[in-house]
Amino acid sequence: MTTLSLGGGRTIPAKYVPVLVTACLFVAMFVAGGIRYEGFATGQIVLNVFIDNAFLLIVAVGMTFVILTGGIDLSVGSVVALSTMIAASLMTGPGWPPYVVVPLVLLVGSALGLVMGYLIHAFDIQPFIVTLAGMFLARGLCYTIGTESIPITDPTFTAFAQTRIDLIADMWISPSVIIAAVVVLVAAYVLHYTRLGRAVYATGGSEQSALLMGLPVGRTKVAVYTISGFCSALGGVVLSFYMLSGYGLHAVGMELDAIAAVVIGGTLLTGGTGFLLGTVLGVLVLGLIQTVLSFEGTLSSWWTKIVIGMLLFAFILLQRLFSARTRS
Amino acid sequence: MDAPAPILRMSGIGKEFPGVRALDRVDLRLLPGEVHALMGENGAGKSTLIKVLTGVHTADEGAVELAGKPVAFGSPLEARQAGISTVYQEVNLCTNLSVAENILIGREPRRFGRIDWQRMRARARELLARMDLDLDVSAPLSSYSLAIQQMVAIARALDVEARVLILDEPTSSLDADEVGQLFQVMRRLKDEGIAILFVTHFLDQVYEISDRMTILRNGRLVGEYLTRELSQVELVAKMIGQELEALDKLHGEARSFATPLVEARDLGRPGAIEPFTLTIHEGQVVGLAGLLGSGRTEVARLLFGADHAAGQLSIGGEPVTLRTPRAAMGHKIAFCSENRKRDGLIEDLTVRENIVLALQATRGWTRPVPREQQDELVDKYVKALRISPPNPEIPVRNLSGGNQQKVLLARWLILEPRLLILDEPTRGIDVGAKTEIQRLVAELSGGGVAVLFISAELEEVLRLSHKVAVLRDRRMIAELPNDDELTKDVIMETIASGGRT
Repeated sequence: MTTLSLGGGRTIPAKYVPVLVTACLFVAMFVAGGIRYEGFATGQIVLNVFIDNAFLLIVAVGMTFVILTGGIDLSVGSVVALSTMIAASLMTGPGWPPYVVVPLVLLVGSALGLVMGYLIHAFDIQPFIVTLAGMFLARGLCYTIGTESIPITDPTFTAFAQTRIDLIADMWISPSVIIAAVVVLVAAYVLHYTRLGRAVYATGGSEQSALLMGLPVGRTKVAVYTISGFCSALGGVVLSFYMLSGYGLHAVGMELDAIAAVVIGGTLLTGGTGFLLGTVLGVLVLGLIQTVLSFEGTLSSWWTKIVIGMLLFAFILLQRLFSARTRS
Repeated sequence: MDAPAPILRMSGIGKEFPGVRALDRVDLRLLPGEVHALMGENGAGKSTLIKVLTGVHTADEGAVELAGKPVAFGSPLEARQAGISTVYQEVNLCTNLSVAENILIGREPRRFGRIDWQRMRARARELLARMDLDLDVSAPLSSYSLAIQQMVAIARALDVEARVLILDEPTSSLDADEVGQLFQVMRRLKDEGIAILFVTHFLDQVYEISDRMTILRNGRLVGEYLTRELSQVELVAKMIGQELEALDKLHGEARSFATPLVEARDLGRPGAIEPFTLTIHEGQVVGLAGLLGSGRTEVARLLFGADHAAGQLSIGGEPVTLRTPRAAMGHKIAFCSENRKRDGLIEDLTVRENIVLALQATRGWTRPVPREQQDELVDKYVKALRISPPNPEIPVRNLSGGNQQKVLLARWLILEPRLLILDEPTRGIDVGAKTEIQRLVAELSGGGVAVLFISAELEEVLRLSHKVAVLRDRRMIAELPNDDELTKDVIMETIASGGRT
């Protein structure tokens, strides 16, 4: 069983089914929202989801790489916070220019990822533990910089925060969305058309086999954590465009949102199966839940968590049923 | 017929591991366009020889020549680049990737650093066509059977210009049709002039496909033979060796057994063992003879409920279905597994704890066995089986192999089983402990316990059993009463001829 037959005798490969399910879910939510609430079914609603979740999308892209190898990266939320903190403190305190600060932040994030990846590979330690340590470390470093929120007043950053890029028919996006879109496209290219990308899938499929097939498994593992670190730092930069502040309590628990988005997007936690498009849809679904609840108005925001929780259960069950069927 | 010059020649290969001489001046030559079978029982040195050849181990002595030039490989990758490819028993591929990727990953055709999927699929199809296979190369590997996966692994091995292809037990998990498919591919490759080294436990397959064979025993070379010139009996004899020892039969006078205890009728499990019929009477010792991989352990596992069986089984005249080992234990069946370290003993627990484990399991964890009862039982069996040192409070890991085996036996004897299944109870233990265990089996049988005795040592089986069931290629081919006419040669003959006589 590798295909799912549709009504008309057409079949779609099994590997696309989870992504398709997520896409259907998104469309269904959108349609239901449109029927229930006035002014919901507009293009701008979808774009707003992108605008409000651009940073999450970028972080989730990095997380997709890691989960595809069968690993996990718990440090992303803390690295996001640390990035906002470093950026804000350097620009507000000594008044460094953004074109120095942003590359520096990206470098710090990638370096943290590199070190974690190296530890995971060289000492054969569980990624969970290494990135958990990284999570505490990065969060702690935020408070050594400052315990208060640091506002960002740099003109370049504020310009980024306030720019609206107009599209057709009164719709607009922010520059962050463009950054996120570029990240998604580059990442999809890397995953699909480069040796690194295929080695990521192979490592997630079977690390032992990948080794015996002569693939650079160690280098791949170090690379995915570096990519995840880079994406977290970039997500941090984008978040500081959005928040215009650096704060040690930014992005608390964001690693879990990122993991949830990746899983809802159909990527298997055991690695080896999944698509970046799924992750994009996963982020969209999470964002749309928030939008629906804000339209509802009377419900508390904790309902977001409840719905995400139920969705996760449903998707993990779906994956389990699905992999059981393909195996039989 | 003039044989062409060998493509590969290994001469005088010696390899020593701490305490073991794994290979002792072994020669092997492979001729282009021939399938060469490497034969020998487990531990004969087959895998060590292959590992030396493929650069996993380095030889202590001897030389390897490839196409007339001396070579020494430092890693499997180097061997591969020189044209020696290996396909292992387990398929080492990534089933989540497509067929084409599995064949070509790491060597994907690229244009400006971008993987050229079209060319990659075309190349994969080309390689598969060479083996007469027509697959959807963009489908994930997991959608194909194990046999096809095995062939994809071969296709991957062939992508580099392979001159020598090593197939290490490629057929052990394939069914008859799949084996046929594989053989077709092997013949095709042979016709292209590739030298194939084929390792298997299945004698039929050796005679079907191989042209020549090299036999190893205990790390030594027995000889190289043309397959058509060596009969199956000779082959089995050369593999097992002719170390006949004159030992008394322990099972005493021929007894008649009246009460059947376990009756299996057409009991089988697809892929593991073909349906067999076997009756074990109370107090009877039934030996299972056969080469490794012939299905001995599978029979035991079915009777113990460790695997799900198809067919009928009755115990004490009542039909039963054994779904779990627990159910079997409920019917007083005990099973001493082959691998005492992995499946049996818990090394960090003490002798006492290991012995009471099965008893505790039958009671459930809410009713612990009282300590006095534990001590009493353990003491009794430590004495009875002469477990040494006679201290039940030391961890099992500190005991010798023979004594560990006795601990495992004691664990099951406490349950007072009606049928005791012993899978290779004497492997790797010293002679003294061996005879003690054999004597114990005889005593148990005298006391009315039925025993299913599995051993690779035919002498032992003959010494103990009242009747011998012979297995070959996962089939029970004969059931022989152990009378004066039954000798090791008869059993070997039966194994070799497949029960056709």
